[in-house]
This record gives sequence, structure tokens and C-alpha cells, in this order.
Amino acid sequence: MWVTIQLAVLGFALALAVGTVVAVMRVSPVAPARGAGAFFVETVRNTPLALLLLLFVFALPKVGIRNSQFVSGILVLGGYTGAFVSEALRSGINSVARGQVDAARAIGLGFIQTLRHVVLPQAARTVVPPLGSLLLALTKNSAVVATVSVMDLAGVADRVNTDTAQPIPVFLGAAMGYLLLTLPSGLAVGVLERWVAIRR
Amino acid sequence: MSEGALYDVGPRARRRIQVASVVAAVLLVLLGWVAVARLAAKGQFEGDRWALFTRSEVWTYLLGGLGNTLRAALTAMVLACVLGALLALGRISLTRPVRWATGTYVEVFRAVPLLLLIFFVDRALPRYGLGWLPAFWIVVIALVAYNGAVLGEIFRAGILSLDRGQREAAYAVGLSYWQAMLLVVIPQAVLRMLPALVSQLITLLKDTSLAFVLGRFDELLRRGEQIGQIEPRSLLQGYFVAALMFVVVNLTLSRLARRLELRQRRRYRSASIAGGEDLTVLEVEGGARLAVPR
Repeated sequence: MWVTIQLAVLGFALALAVGTVVAVMRVSPVAPARGAGAFFVETVRNTPLALLLLLFVFALPKVGIRNSQFVSGILVLGGYTGAFVSEALRSGINSVARGQVDAARAIGLGFIQTLRHVVLPQAARTVVPPLGSLLLALTKNSAVVATVSVMDLAGVADRVNTDTAQPIPVFLGAAMGYLLLTLPSGLAVGVLERWVAIRR
Repeated sequence: MSEGALYDVGPRARRRIQVASVVAAVLLVLLGWVAVARLAAKGQFEGDRWALFTRSEVWTYLLGGLGNTLRAALTAMVLACVLGALLALGRISLTRPVRWATGTYVEVFRAVPLLLLIFFVDRALPRYGLGWLPAFWIVVIALVAYNGAVLGEIFRAGILSLDRGQREAAYAVGLSYWQAMLLVVIPQAVLRMLPALVSQLITLLKDTSLAFVLGRFDELLRRGEQIGQIEPRSLLQGYFVAALMFVVVNLTLSRLARRLELRQRRRYRSASIAGGEDLTVLEVEGGARLAVPR
């Protein structure tokens, strides 16, 4: 379970970083950056997570890029979720009222400044709910690392089941474990949502 | 906000943007070049590693895997939609025990990783004398159990997003609960939840690849993996081609879905405008007309 928590937290931190960079790339005036961002999102979103993981763990060592299974898991989970985060952020950016941008431009802020000081802070608030559901999705998706024999919650459950041949209690317990992780983070997201809500 | 507003600017900034574009393009080319050089240095472009893919049986093998993936995904989609619809109706039902039961099911199965469900179904079924079920059905059962819960929530959100007046109007013209649901509420709800529905179905298609952990259901990912087992020198190539096939299929699907969505939204809008000027009864007829499109 500790492994699952680590995967979820580190993976989500990476996903937020990747997502922000890609979202900024996709609304930037620089066409090649937009293209690269779109390419990244469309490719990653349309490939199964398990395939990306296998690619990282088994195929990349062939070209000399070697990571432990755990690190590969974080990179893949972070990159994969990052693509979805960037889409959420982009729609958040588009939901910020146009007047905000005009005002920022009018007082002389540049593109990056406008985004950093005016648009992104407001966009981040509106995308708290979708980001929350992405965090939950990532927590659940982290189970795929069990397929490359990382001993996370799902992996341990499968191992214990092999030893005890008691599928029902074992997997029910593991399911409870995931519920224990997702329910509090779901609640926390709800609280955060109210906390950051813009009071009008 | 239009995205252009962020950088709708004068000549100096335009020049800066051009410079930045060139720099970014050069960087990207450099990055691509480094990647290609790396692959080439390890001999990944050598002809014999790709020679496999000039043989038609390899393509038959991979396309067969894609076929199995699609078959499992399609079966699961249909069944999950049925389960999801039942769950959604259960959760808004007027009977409290039904609401509780379906609510518990949805909350539990939504929170459990699909992989865990696949493990569970695979390990638990043999204990109940169902070990003879082919791997195909193990995958489908797990997919339906999970996606049914997710789709149930999507359906419920779609139904609840509908204005209450729609249902009240349906009652007012004498329709029963089920008639109102089937003829008025559900057709309109389906239109609203179409985007969420389609993206969940694409997720389902991708999730089908998790079945490779069973090791005996030959879907696309497993067959791509097998390429590396058959010809170890083509391991990376096998994964690459499988990934490419997934991307092509999923992109085609989401493009198709977007077009469908736009078309239906246009039709929906014109229908509601036509009904809007008339009496409520006519609006109900508009709803009923939407219920029987073909």
C-alpha cells in the first residue's frame, strides 16, 4: 500500500508539471511548440497505459535507457496522466474570461507573465474538480505496475492470493485498500474545491 | 476566451514570435535527431529487425490481435451500457433499497482498479466451477463490472442535468413514469452525455489491453509482446507497431465521435427551437420524435 501511495503522489506531481508545461505550449504563439504539445497529447492519450509501461520497462533498455521498474512506473504514470492534465488545464485556460487577458495585456504583461500571474491562477481553480478525478484515476491506474512485478497493492494482493488461494477475502481487502486511498483524497478534493472557489 | 487573445500583438512581438518559432523548431528537430541517433546507434533501424513486418503472416497475426481487442471491447461496451443504464435508473429510482443497492455497487466498483478486477475474476471463477469460461469472457466480465459503474454515473449525470420541466410536462400529458423516462428524458439525456460516453468507451477500448496479464487472451498488446518472444531482435519494433495500431484506431474513433456529436447537437438544437415556439405538448412530441430516430 505504501508503494501505491508513493506511486500516486510522485506520479501526480510529475503529471502536474508535465501537464502545465504542455498546456502552456499548446496555447503559446510558437507554432512548433503547439504542434509538439498536440502531438504528445494525442499520442499518449490514445495509447494504452499498459503498453507505455511495457515499452519503458522492456523496450527502452534495448536503446540503453534503463530505469528500475518503480521509476519507470512513476515516469509512465506521470507522463500519461500529464497528457490528460494538460487537456484539463487548457480548457480551464479557455474558460478564463477574455477581459482578464485584455486587462493583463493592457498593463503591459507579456505572454508568460499574463499566463503566470493572471490566467493560470484562475484556470487552476476551475480545474480542481477534473484534476481531482484525474488523481483518483491515477491512483487506480497505478495498479498496472503490478504487471511488471512491482509489489504495490494489486501486486501484493495477487501474490498473497497465489499463496493462500483465497481470492475473495484477499481481493476484497485490496479493494478496501484502494477505497481507503481514494475516498479521503476524493473528500480532500471536495474541500479544496470549496477552499479555492472564487467567491462572487 | 479565444486563445489568440494571449498574443494578439504588434510587429515587434510578431518578430519575436517568429524567432521563438525557429528556435523551437530547431530544438525539436535536434531532439528528434538525438532520439533517432540513439536508436540508430543501437542498431534499431537495421533491416533485419524490421524484416518481420514485411511478412504478411505477421500482419495477419497482429491484425487478428486487434480484432480480438475490438471484439472484446465491443461486447463489453454493449453490456456495460445496459448495466450502466440499469444502475442509473436504480440510483434515481423512487424505491429506497434499490437506490442504496445500486449506489453501493457503483461507488465500490468505480473505486477499484480494473486490473484488480481482472485478477479477481480470473482467480475467483474457477472456484465456482466456472473455470471453463474462455479468457475472452473473463476480460469482458471485468470490463463490464467496472465500466457499468462508470457509465451508470455518466447516465445519471445526463438524466439529472435535464430540466425538471421536461419530466413534469411528460407527466402532464399523461405519460407514466417509464413512458416519461423512455420517450422524453432518456433520449435527451443521451445527447447531453454523448461526449463523456464516447471518451469512456475509448478508455474501455484501451483498458482491454490490460487483459494481456492473463497471458492467454490474444489481444493486440499481447501479440505485440509476443513478437519480441518470437524474434527477440524485434522486441522494440513489436511494441512500436502495436502502439501505432492503437493510436490509429483510437484517433479514428475520437474523430468519428466528434463529428457525430456535432451533427447530433445541430439536429437537437433545431428540434428544440421548432418546439420552443409551440405548446408544451409539441415539445414532448419533439422528445418522442428524438426517441425513434430510425
